[in-house]
Amino acid sequence: MASHVRAAPPRWRRGEGLRALLWLSPWLTGFTIFFAYPLASTVYFSFHRYDLFTLEFVGLDNYRYLFDDERVWLSARNTLWLVVFMVPAQVVFALALAQLVTRLKAGVGLFRTIFYLPSLVPLVAGTVAFVFLMNPATGPWNQLLALFGVTGPDWFGDPAWAKPSLTLLAMWGVGNLMVIFLAALLDVPRHLYEAAALDGAGPWRQFRSVTLPMISPVLMFSAITGVIYALQYFTQAMIASRVASGATDSAGTSFLPGYPDGALLTLPQHLFQTGFRDWSMGYASVLALMLFATSMVFTLILLRQFRRAEELT
Amino acid sequence: MTVTVTRRAEEVRAPRRAAAPGGRRRRRLAFVATHAIAIAVALMFLAPLVFVALTALMTDEQALTSELWPDDWNWGNFAEVFAKSDMLRWTLNTFLYAGLGTLFTVVSSVPVAYALARFRFRGRRAAFLLVITMMMLPPQVIAVPVYVLWARFDLTGGLWPLILPMLLGDAFSIFLLRQFLITIPREYTEAARVDGCSDLTTLLRVILPMARPGIAAVALFQFFYCWNDYYGPLLYAQTNEHSWTLSLGLATFKAFHSVQWNLTMAATLLVTAPVIIVFFLAQRVFIEGVTLTGVKG
Repeated sequence: MASHVRAAPPRWRRGEGLRALLWLSPWLTGFTIFFAYPLASTVYFSFHRYDLFTLEFVGLDNYRYLFDDERVWLSARNTLWLVVFMVPAQVVFALALAQLVTRLKAGVGLFRTIFYLPSLVPLVAGTVAFVFLMNPATGPWNQLLALFGVTGPDWFGDPAWAKPSLTLLAMWGVGNLMVIFLAALLDVPRHLYEAAALDGAGPWRQFRSVTLPMISPVLMFSAITGVIYALQYFTQAMIASRVASGATDSAGTSFLPGYPDGALLTLPQHLFQTGFRDWSMGYASVLALMLFATSMVFTLILLRQFRRAEELT
Repeated sequence: MTVTVTRRAEEVRAPRRAAAPGGRRRRRLAFVATHAIAIAVALMFLAPLVFVALTALMTDEQALTSELWPDDWNWGNFAEVFAKSDMLRWTLNTFLYAGLGTLFTVVSSVPVAYALARFRFRGRRAAFLLVITMMMLPPQVIAVPVYVLWARFDLTGGLWPLILPMLLGDAFSIFLLRQFLITIPREYTEAARVDGCSDLTTLLRVILPMARPGIAAVALFQFFYCWNDYYGPLLYAQTNEHSWTLSLGLATFKAFHSVQWNLTMAATLLVTAPVIIVFFLAQRVFIEGVTLTGVKG
């Protein structure tokens, strides 16, 4: 705001910092109670054995146990799989869909709505639906495959296919990302394409030399948030395991997340099971700190992206 | 950072091949090809919903077979879902959670976003980056101490631990509102200030009327977030069936009605339907809101 005269700020600008503090106070309170304090508290608990009733200092025992806990490494491997396969599949598919929509000449609104719609389906509902659809005995999916002479696997019941099944579910719900990409694609100045076309660039060359560089900040942003969401992956995996295995987890019956054979176990589920089903809250705090550290790395990368984007405008 | 708003459908038609030498035939071919692909993909996107609906209308015996088309249309299945489960209670609980949660979030997040977007103070950027950090960090990171906190107040076993914190602002909503508010030209608010309006009257008289689409988007997102939330209710309400939400109920539905895929699919549709209906009523708000979450360099 260059229009202000430095020497004499308007009267209403006085005390702006204090007034801002007042407006921020609800959030500052929330930040303290539901973020800063719990974070510090998690560190404290991580050195203790705690089950909501007794608290006992155990030093580094919880951290040491990390190395013996196979389920931690199992969930880390699963998460890595999600990051390497699911996230790119989503980004590429969403971009392809957005590209497709920009090339349409009839029914644009209709197609956009249809592609967006599945992303609205509540996660639990969508996952329950997919477990049914891909059920090898009764679901229609394998029957459609059979029409093409393909014998479908036992999707959610087969450790090798459970994660790919969830990837299909994720691709079905890619609508949000598509809308974001669509907006980015439409923001690419048309004259760049015209100039490229005059230079003899074909569609692929135009995509590589014009589209990709122009939308790369959006792509980057989506990829990083995708990774962060992959680290938090919980609901779909939990529901898929639960419904596919037929477990109830009601009257104290034990349901161990990860069915089939640990293929869908992720760190947040392991944390949930450890902290709130086995009530080993000290060790759960160690898992929480692990989750915090990994997501913080990607959050910092994201923040750098943000800062760069802000500097450009 | 700027905010992009999706253009209307008519503008989507970007004729990229203006200078294509191939002429009309080639263009017609391209038209047919892209639309054929779009139709194929659209069918793939709709198929799951169609199969769920078809199964929801079958008898339980037929749902266990490999047939795809219902012999009879059992519309009574939907009523049976309500009769055989606590669906009604789950729905009411979900409305309580989503309704209060949305109200609290909007009321508490607007002032914060206002301060972040309009006030100049030291640490403004740090505060904004902190909001983004809170938005991105997994909720499980702080779960243990927060659970202990609510247990101390004896509020676990219900939905209040999920609803009450929304009185203190929600990071995602603050972020989204801030993105929207910075697009409102400063001239409007500064004119109001010069005219002697206080911060509060500026917010109420100038910002709020102009921010209505942004607030609508945030409210919708928060409502949907609560409606869909599974982790929160699982953590706090799983042990108390009186407080179950639709997501908790649906998650265990199959286990209690194990041979009745038809009822499970009917319940799935019932949980999904309100969201789809709201979407069609407020499509514009939605698409614009989603676009707000993307960053443009």
